[in-house]
Amino acid sequence: MSSAAAVLRSPQITRSPGHTATIYAKEAKYEFLKNLRLRLYTASVLSFPLMFYVLFGLVLNSKEAIAGTAVPTYLIATYGTFGVMGASLFGTAAGLASDRGLGWLQVKRASPMPPFAYFVAKVVVSMVFSAIVVLLLIVLGVAFGGVRFPLGEMSSLVATLVVGSIPFSAMGLAIGYFAGPQSAPATINLIYLPMSFCSGLWVPFMFLPKVVKQIALALPPYHLSQLALGVVGAGKHESIAAHWEVLAAFTLICLGVARIGFQRDQDKMYG
Amino acid sequence: MASISTFEQRPFAVSTVAAPTVASLESVTKNYEQIRALRGVDFDVRSGEVVALLGPNGAGKTTAVKLLLGLTQPNSGKVRVFGGDPTNPANRMRTGAMLQVGKVPETLRVREHIDLFSSYYQNPLPLAEVLAAAGLEKIGDRKFGDLSGGQRQRVLFGLAICGNPDLLFLDEPTVGLDVESRRALWDEIRSLVQRGKTVLLTTHYLEEADALADRIAVINQGAIVAEGTPDEIKAKTSGKRIRCITALSLAAVRRIPGVAEVREDRDALEIHTSRAEPVIRELLAKDATLSGLEVTSAGLEEAFLALTQDNNKNENHGN
Repeated sequence: MSSAAAVLRSPQITRSPGHTATIYAKEAKYEFLKNLRLRLYTASVLSFPLMFYVLFGLVLNSKEAIAGTAVPTYLIATYGTFGVMGASLFGTAAGLASDRGLGWLQVKRASPMPPFAYFVAKVVVSMVFSAIVVLLLIVLGVAFGGVRFPLGEMSSLVATLVVGSIPFSAMGLAIGYFAGPQSAPATINLIYLPMSFCSGLWVPFMFLPKVVKQIALALPPYHLSQLALGVVGAGKHESIAAHWEVLAAFTLICLGVARIGFQRDQDKMYG
Repeated sequence: MASISTFEQRPFAVSTVAAPTVASLESVTKNYEQIRALRGVDFDVRSGEVVALLGPNGAGKTTAVKLLLGLTQPNSGKVRVFGGDPTNPANRMRTGAMLQVGKVPETLRVREHIDLFSSYYQNPLPLAEVLAAAGLEKIGDRKFGDLSGGQRQRVLFGLAICGNPDLLFLDEPTVGLDVESRRALWDEIRSLVQRGKTVLLTTHYLEEADALADRIAVINQGAIVAEGTPDEIKAKTSGKRIRCITALSLAAVRRIPGVAEVREDRDALEIHTSRAEPVIRELLAKDATLSGLEVTSAGLEEAFLALTQDNNKNENHGN
């Protein structure tokens, strides 16, 4: 190496923790604004669970009870799970598949962006939208369905569902790495809707056919909805730890799959 | 303009012969499954210069840029940026890139996109300065999805320069732009060069390479087939081809001013030049017996073909 070239070597730079935090915060802020202004996202992610809840929880069955729990309360837990799933899957998979397939992710990767900032922003923003869906359901339930929560129970329900968005964000990253930019939304729906049904998010679990009930045990939304139902006193009294373990294992598997996709992407660019 | 003083001053004069290499490909081969995108390419970019990688679509230009940005790895050979690995974060701090993008998040505003990218860098330019340099002042508050093609390219250009990088990679910066927007972007690239930046741009327009570059490398089918100043390349690609039977020696013809290249072709000579008339005047003055005079001009496509054929011939000689 000639001395002239040595002069040009870049000095090692270390960003201050404050600077790194600023980048992560900005990445998340703009990811949030991007999704908030995307009518397709807000319409499908926010309006569907809210509409279902208003129809089946407030208009039709509000005076009834499922296993001793009033319907409006019970459905906050199940439509909450449904909403969290949608917010997280669409929030991660659709954007990632598009950014990846249509070149935007390369522009970001060519910049000095810390690589994790992109993924963390998607996961965090999915949690934020998850919280918004759950809070709106609670507001509707309290205002029009006669739902009464102790404050502790309510915050516990929100916390459970918001943390429970992480496995679905992980799943979304895995889908985003293997779906094409155009086919991603269809792929998500193909997984999201049957999974929701089989996990008892639309029809209460006890009314499902026996074979579906058995399938449900393998599905993450079943475990999250049981945790949420447990908080409002409508659970099946299964082990809380076991539900969380299934969700954690599922998260790790999805992150593993996403990582394979990430590696595969490194060398699959034409030009 | 006051704002210019905040840019780094040009570290090396253009004329410095031994300006240090800031980016290089050394015998780089890159395959995508069955496709050989680059075949043993040697290429370098020196500090303070503007180099154009000129070639038709699919020639390997974008692959070269992606390798230099560390977005993909070579199958063999070495890729260096600032003497090191292009994926080194310290090197990424000093580079900016304008790539061809199918879709940019459309619901974010121009200034938001720039604000985010600026935050990645250690010493970014002030937002107002980026907006001015990329001609975005009037559309800073518009959403990306509402912009015209030319405006979108200018935003991507703004993202490339916002970190005040020393080295810029511009992949087909003016593709799909109308004449006016193209000229405007050229002016912006020129003003970068005046601030001492090093620029590698790819293009399939000879006119663009000529207007901007200090040096042009012509690439076709994954190999560099010609390299030189714009004048040298123009003489080879867009110039005239004179064919004649003459008693003059190869060396004598080569000495005629304006002659870029002379070749024997059976009993005739083939002369490449950027302007035919003065060369013909000289030829006729020097050789009264000259016969079989033909003058043809080669279009760019033909010129690429000719350059590739030359290259193949050389390879064959080498074997």
